[in-house]
Amino acid sequence: MTKVTMTVNGKSVSAEVEGRTLLSAFLREGLALTGTHIGCDTTQCGACTVHVDGKAVKSCAVFALDVDGADVRTIEGMANADGSLSVIQQAFQDHHGLQCGFCTPGMVMASAALLADNPKPTEAEVRHHLEGNICRCTGYHNIVKAVLAASGQDVPAVAAE
Amino acid sequence: MFNFDFVKPSTIADAVAAMAQDGAQALSGGQTLTPTMKQRLASPSVLVSLTGIAEMKGVCLGADGLSIGGATTHATVAAEARAHYPALADLAANIGDPMVRNRGTIGGSVANNDPAACYPSAVLASGAVVVTNKRKIAADDYFQGMFSTALDEGEFITGVTFPVPEKAAYVKFNQPASRFALTGVFVAKYASGVRVAVTGASNNGVFRWTEAEAALSASFSAAAVEGLTVSADDLITDLHGTAAYRANLVKVLTKRAVAGAK
Repeated sequence: MTKVTMTVNGKSVSAEVEGRTLLSAFLREGLALTGTHIGCDTTQCGACTVHVDGKAVKSCAVFALDVDGADVRTIEGMANADGSLSVIQQAFQDHHGLQCGFCTPGMVMASAALLADNPKPTEAEVRHHLEGNICRCTGYHNIVKAVLAASGQDVPAVAAE
Repeated sequence: MFNFDFVKPSTIADAVAAMAQDGAQALSGGQTLTPTMKQRLASPSVLVSLTGIAEMKGVCLGADGLSIGGATTHATVAAEARAHYPALADLAANIGDPMVRNRGTIGGSVANNDPAACYPSAVLASGAVVVTNKRKIAADDYFQGMFSTALDEGEFITGVTFPVPEKAAYVKFNQPASRFALTGVFVAKYASGVRVAVTGASNNGVFRWTEAEAALSASFSAAAVEGLTVSADDLITDLHGTAAYRANLVKVLTKRAVAGAK
């Protein structure tokens, strides 16, 4: 076991972990931050997306020890300081950007990373950016609408309507 | 996955020492290796992370071309290579998805030499030099078949140096689930001639389409390859496409790359 220390949602945490401990397992089992979901465990679905030093990564494909010292943000760190939903989270609710909700933490984290880099993305850019996040409920249209709305843009009519 | 000792050296010299241990395996972005280890297709006893080595990161234009550190992520190449080698930046910007691009590295991709990976085509089409902790290897000598390279035991890629072409383009036909190349073609035009490298198509991994290189060196236009045919012998047949389908794609994508080269 080796000691790992990182900042998670603004709080410094440290623990003894094995070499093989994935960041996703460290967050869920070590810190009980179970908002980070493990959908596929094969690095394809994006449900486990978190931010490491501001960059979106799939936490099931990162070893905890490889991000020793990093600043990590998970879905639990996305709400506003008063506990109300952030703009992106609220937009997912307002635009029905989720059904079962399993992919939603990853979708929100990926979307937040997009809007940090590109505050006014086009619909095509949103779709391209969310290629690594799989949703089996919504057909994506309402997720894309939610992200566009969160960026302050008028949401377009969608093909599914 | 089986457990292992994790080490994260901060210099190439320390990484060389760590890689000398029995059962050591280099880890770069881990976007392929981690899933592989979960499936127990790899079970190193020591995992040596190369992501903490500052001298292996970054993009730098020098006299020999554009040098990219082995531990440089795809996202960084997409951003920092754009001014110098836009076709290479475009390739990096379309590997996998954003999360993969934030972790995956050029050194990891080139070391793994997946037959459907994007980077090997750029390395081969550019006549790039693969720099390791021991030596420099010309691209034509480096790729030795599917998942096979000239790297020795314990050897790892510290960087890749790309001669910058007059114009170039990479066009891939996405396998939409994996976002690997069902087939991808990189065309690079140099004063000395044109090089064409194909990924995703062959059972032997990335290869040069030499007939197209000769035709395009004589006349750099999509029409120049119109009369050529690609043999389907030894091309990949899988549930996504037959060898004949891929052979056709090689020509179609080559024409698109020539038309789009910049």
